[in-house]
Amino acid sequence: MLTRAVPQLHDFLIDSARRAPSKAALVCQKQRVSYRDLEESSNALAHALVKRGVKRGDRVIVFGDNTVETVISFWAVLKASAVVSIINPLTKADKLAYLLNDCRASVMISDGHLTPIFAEAARKSPHLQALIISGAIDRERLAGLPGVSSWQDALKDGPRGSAPARQNIDIDLAAIIYTSGSTGDPKGVMLTHRNMLTAATSISTYLENTEDDVILGVLPLAFDYGLYQMIMAFRMGARLVLERSFAYPTRVLQNVVEEGVTGFPGVPTIFAIMAEMKELKNFDFSKIRYASNTAAALPVKHILMLKEIFPKAKIFSMYGLTECKRCTYLPPADLDRKPTSVGIAIPNTELWIVDENDQRVGPNQVGQLVIRGATVMKGYWEKPESTAKKLKPGPLPGEQVLYTGDYCRLDEDGYLYFVGRMDDIIKSRGEKVAPKEVESVLMNIHGVKEAAVIGVPDDLLGQAVKAFVVLEQDAQLTEKDILRECLQRLENFMVPKQVVFIDSLPKTTTGKIKKTDLS
Amino acid sequence: MSTRDQVRQFITTNFYVPDAQALGDETSFLDSGIIDSTGVLELVSFLQEQFGIVLEDGEIVPENLDTVANIVHLIQRKG
Repeated sequence: MLTRAVPQLHDFLIDSARRAPSKAALVCQKQRVSYRDLEESSNALAHALVKRGVKRGDRVIVFGDNTVETVISFWAVLKASAVVSIINPLTKADKLAYLLNDCRASVMISDGHLTPIFAEAARKSPHLQALIISGAIDRERLAGLPGVSSWQDALKDGPRGSAPARQNIDIDLAAIIYTSGSTGDPKGVMLTHRNMLTAATSISTYLENTEDDVILGVLPLAFDYGLYQMIMAFRMGARLVLERSFAYPTRVLQNVVEEGVTGFPGVPTIFAIMAEMKELKNFDFSKIRYASNTAAALPVKHILMLKEIFPKAKIFSMYGLTECKRCTYLPPADLDRKPTSVGIAIPNTELWIVDENDQRVGPNQVGQLVIRGATVMKGYWEKPESTAKKLKPGPLPGEQVLYTGDYCRLDEDGYLYFVGRMDDIIKSRGEKVAPKEVESVLMNIHGVKEAAVIGVPDDLLGQAVKAFVVLEQDAQLTEKDILRECLQRLENFMVPKQVVFIDSLPKTTTGKIKKTDLS
Repeated sequence: MSTRDQVRQFITTNFYVPDAQALGDETSFLDSGIIDSTGVLELVSFLQEQFGIVLEDGEIVPENLDTVANIVHLIQRKG
């Protein structure tokens, strides 16, 4: 049990390492890492960060896949009293440079195989003081960059037995999680230790996690749903089976069976891929105690599919946004009774619905969902205007509550139903895609006159990104040309699945693009 | 066109590899961000249509599919 009066997020790891030092905390690509190893390596790396100039509150970017190094780095940054931001390894150089500059990261931790991306980004980032690189180091490509050191050397830089002196208090920032915003620029969601402790505690309460759980981590650690699997596993002293991706499903599912996974968090795309597998029946999923899914709402066909895949498991349908981690979950017992509901507020949070005049509305009236609780973010990093749209005064003096930007309604029993988003963000493969971000890439392609991007329903992806493009006169671009350009600038999940060439875009009388006329 | 060239052409054009020359036969598609989970499914369909190779779920593994060289070996073995 936590013995400190006011814990910080990394106390989850510290306490589990004290209770079960030799237990395998993490299984990843055939490596088994004990709690003691994670604890000591993250201590050493935290000292290395301090030695490289990281001070309390500084931002450190971890640009990496789901690896042992990314896990160690996450905890090390917290132990250095700094703020961690894990960035999806599919991110391209220009965007990574944007993120490094946006949060003025002082150190970046990455892996050799990502050198072409991070080296280019690092050259555009004047605030960066040091780079720590695991795997192969390409000295030639990194020539001229400040403070490059190998993972091994960095880990030799400090004592393993204890972390640097603790400087933060629990209302200090622990992490910045970048999320796509409707304006097109990624926004950094600022989360304090208390935000994250509260969310992890609340979620693992209703999932009934114990130290005997073996939790699958197949979603990117850069994605909050993926990150929290690790945080919750370490909170309980449970085990995390970390997979790089679901690209090779059989390999992942073999590990699920061999490791005796008990908790299977997924997104609709993962469950849809599984449902297509011919040999799925050969896997013995009897140890899986629960499966969870997050999406705007779980389609009934997905519920049936999940029940068929995991006959013995409780199915948790959940809904939330990075700004408060999670809003609601549907208790498994209510799944048959209210299959289209996203459920009730997670423990220790509160929700209500307001109309456009900020008045609370009654049952079955649609309005904007508001969330109250210690899970609510501190705001968007250095974006006061965007923050002001989302955080507004709550019932108590000085308190702020989250205006989610989602249209919802509550039924007579207080169960929530998701109706739609107030902005036009697309959810594809469980990831957010801002149409503006894709449109601005399209508009920068030579020969493109106008572009509009919408989401269309897709069985595998939830929503697929569809682009409508108007070409300049005489421009000779094909769909492949457009997609090639997009793939060089956007993460794969943002690249349109479909490009349609049209003569002109439908417009409103004021000249704005009328997306409702596109499909 | 040799099998290797056919595979290379499919990978570089279908997944829009910006610098096709730089793609080594041993370059991991996952490491270099060329292919993700839906990409693997497209690759499996390509092998079936182009070479008549039907893969069991258990054969859809990086050892068979994650580099040009691995795919060429797979085609030689199963084709």
